[in-house]
Amino acid sequence: MSTEAHVNHTHSHADHGHGHDGGTHATFGGYMIGFGLSVVLTAIPFWLVMSGALGSNEATALTVMAFAVVQIMVHMIFFLHMSPSSEGGWTMMALIFTLVMVLITLAGSLWVMYHLNTNMMPGHDMSQIP
Amino acid sequence: MDATATTMEGASKAPDTPVFYLEEEHAHAEGGSTMLGFWIYLMSDCLIFACLFAAYGVLGGSYAAGPSPKDLFDLPLVAVNTSMLLLSSITYGFAVLAMDKGRVGQTQAWLAVTAVFGAAFIGFELHEFAHMIQEGATPQRSAFLSSFFTLVGTHGLHVTCGLIWLGTLMVQVAQRGLIEANKRRLMCLSMFWHFLDVVWIGVFTFVYLMGVLR
Repeated sequence: MSTEAHVNHTHSHADHGHGHDGGTHATFGGYMIGFGLSVVLTAIPFWLVMSGALGSNEATALTVMAFAVVQIMVHMIFFLHMSPSSEGGWTMMALIFTLVMVLITLAGSLWVMYHLNTNMMPGHDMSQIP
Repeated sequence: MDATATTMEGASKAPDTPVFYLEEEHAHAEGGSTMLGFWIYLMSDCLIFACLFAAYGVLGGSYAAGPSPKDLFDLPLVAVNTSMLLLSSITYGFAVLAMDKGRVGQTQAWLAVTAVFGAAFIGFELHEFAHMIQEGATPQRSAFLSSFFTLVGTHGLHVTCGLIWLGTLMVQVAQRGLIEANKRRLMCLSMFWHFLDVVWIGVFTFVYLMGVLR
């Protein structure tokens, strides 16, 4: 009884993860769409910063960052051919794990070092506090 | 089957007997897991860049009374540089399309164009570095410049390695044609090359554009 369940389980494992190695999923149209989007998503941030069209620096910085995130996703989809199903979902799994690590590294470093800089600068001498 | 089943029932005290795994052992095609393995390498590379970006994010404002990004960065040059890398990405895409159709000459031609764009990128970057160093903005001038040269330099080093790899593969394709192994290698380099373009998006946004805004 338990044997059969086990055997079935192993079979289903053997089935997926194989036979996906056919083509490269690359198409001329896909590359051209990705390239077109990338050109637009690169040109707009450069123009915004060089012309100062948005006025405030904060607004420009946020917009430029948003464009970068969108362009990274465009590259992932159209150039790196990422999809939730490639390699049985393992590339996506590795990517999500890496993104979490990248987020912790960046946000953690900036957060901790910002507080160190503001709270432990020599200027903030305890003797000057009444 | 029945016999095995009874044996299994008998051996139910040890539920994970190796029998199943031996039975289900199957041949893996050569290079079947290369793409996933290479992807995991790229992800670990991504972590290296994350650390360098974090270092730049922390130190990018420490000029030590030295030059600031506004004094140093030449945005039109960076824009040209960015377009070089973007163009090399699309030409590598064309090389992959030609490879899919099995056209050796066309693949080689697009690979050569990619190499030219990649070399142009490295050339512009070295020109920028040389110019900065000439003005006294060396890596040892301030924490900002140390982290800047480390981050952008590591990316440049990756592109240089990609160019060497590209040249090696062009020789391989010339000698053996578009055999299965060469196709796999070209697809790995394709991932590497596009990945470097993704990292460059982060560099030109966080280092150059936001540096000038600071």
